[in-house]
Amino acid sequence: MTWSWIPQNAAMIRQLTLENAYLGIVPALLGLVISLPLGIACARWKWFYPPVLSAASVLYALPSLALFIVLIPYTGLTDTTVIIPLTLFSLCVLVPNVVDGMRSVPESVRQAATAMGFGALRRLVQVELPIAIPVVIAGLRVAVVSSISLASVGQLIGVSSLGYLFIDGYQRDFPTEIIVGGALIIALALVCDLVLVLARRALTPWQPPSRQREAAEIAARQQPAAAVPGGAR
Amino acid sequence: MSFLSYAWNWLRQPQQWHGSEGIPVRVLEQLGYTGLSLLIAALIAVPLGILIGHTGRGALLVVNLANAWRSIPTLGLLVLLVITLGFSPLAWLIPLVVLAIPPILVNAYEGVAGVDPELRDAARGMGMTPWQQVRKVEVPVAMPLIVLGLRTGAIFVVATATIAAYIGLGGLGRYIIDGLAVNNYGEVAGGAALVVLLALAVQVFFVGLRRLVVPAGIRQQGRPS
Repeated sequence: MTWSWIPQNAAMIRQLTLENAYLGIVPALLGLVISLPLGIACARWKWFYPPVLSAASVLYALPSLALFIVLIPYTGLTDTTVIIPLTLFSLCVLVPNVVDGMRSVPESVRQAATAMGFGALRRLVQVELPIAIPVVIAGLRVAVVSSISLASVGQLIGVSSLGYLFIDGYQRDFPTEIIVGGALIIALALVCDLVLVLARRALTPWQPPSRQREAAEIAARQQPAAAVPGGAR
Repeated sequence: MSFLSYAWNWLRQPQQWHGSEGIPVRVLEQLGYTGLSLLIAALIAVPLGILIGHTGRGALLVVNLANAWRSIPTLGLLVLLVITLGFSPLAWLIPLVVLAIPPILVNAYEGVAGVDPELRDAARGMGMTPWQQVRKVEVPVAMPLIVLGLRTGAIFVVATATIAAYIGLGGLGRYIIDGLAVNNYGEVAGGAALVVLLALAVQVFFVGLRRLVVPAGIRQQGRPS
């Protein structure tokens, strides 16, 4: 490690970290925005779910580098070319979690809400979605951590991220640069993960901490397919 | 021109299908790297996952490992190893195996740990030894998840092997990296199309494997929960 390299290049490192954060967080948020209506529809109309699930599992198997290249003729060498595939991968993780979250609402609770005079929309927003939050956030954590790590692959087609430090460090035979890039990606992923854990605690104050862990474990059990996706592709 | 027409124009040229850099050789290379890495990863991770699931020891470690693993940037790991180890086979084999282990390990663990306690009791009540309980009850019940873990591991190995062309590995990623280097989008698109087809073929293989190794009685239940 050549420690002096870090302060000498602080401005570049900061810029690349911001770009990497953008390329990682935007797909996860877009994935959330799309997966909520899609997941709710899948939970409501059961016949709709199997085809969506099959499409997701096929899509999920495709390497990110290949998908970036498929998009180049349409979106060029821009952020969009990286953001679209990462959004699709986020969807593959999030849709099953939204569906499981909606299904985790006990029937008695649903009936109670109806009996209290809640319409379908109000019941969804005030009862069903809040109950689904822990499972949805568990999926969002997977999506954002994987997107941040995968965004660095975009550097191979020239879309700037912390992946630049990998390519540059390799070409200059300079391990410090590669280690700094890797450490920052992992740190960025951990920070986003932590923010989401705190958000879940803030959004579901009715759950004591131990119960939350239990809920997350149940979510992991219910969703073995989505329990370990993400990471390298 | 669309992606497909670029890819098709490149793929239909006869010279792509012959010689040491032809498509058949590259496909075999990619299958070789993928198969070898996955085999080594499975030999380590499946027995270990079953052991942890059976004994319950080290479960927390497994779950944390799976979380940390997602954040590892593949490209960084590959280039770091190649400049520290040089261009030896270990420089690509280590990342490929290391990245395939977590999904296989976690799913094998989840599969065995999730076996219905009543089934375990019944197996013990029938007088099975611990080894028989594992072999005749826990592993067959866990089989859908074990195969799922292998399949997920295979997805990552195929993808990582493609990226590893950047550090000089053969296989289909070569077309992508070489084409990008000389701005030949036709070659890049052809390579990407072949990678997509190979990734889909690997999925089909695992659907077949699932039918072969999952006992009929468990297959009926569909997705395990």
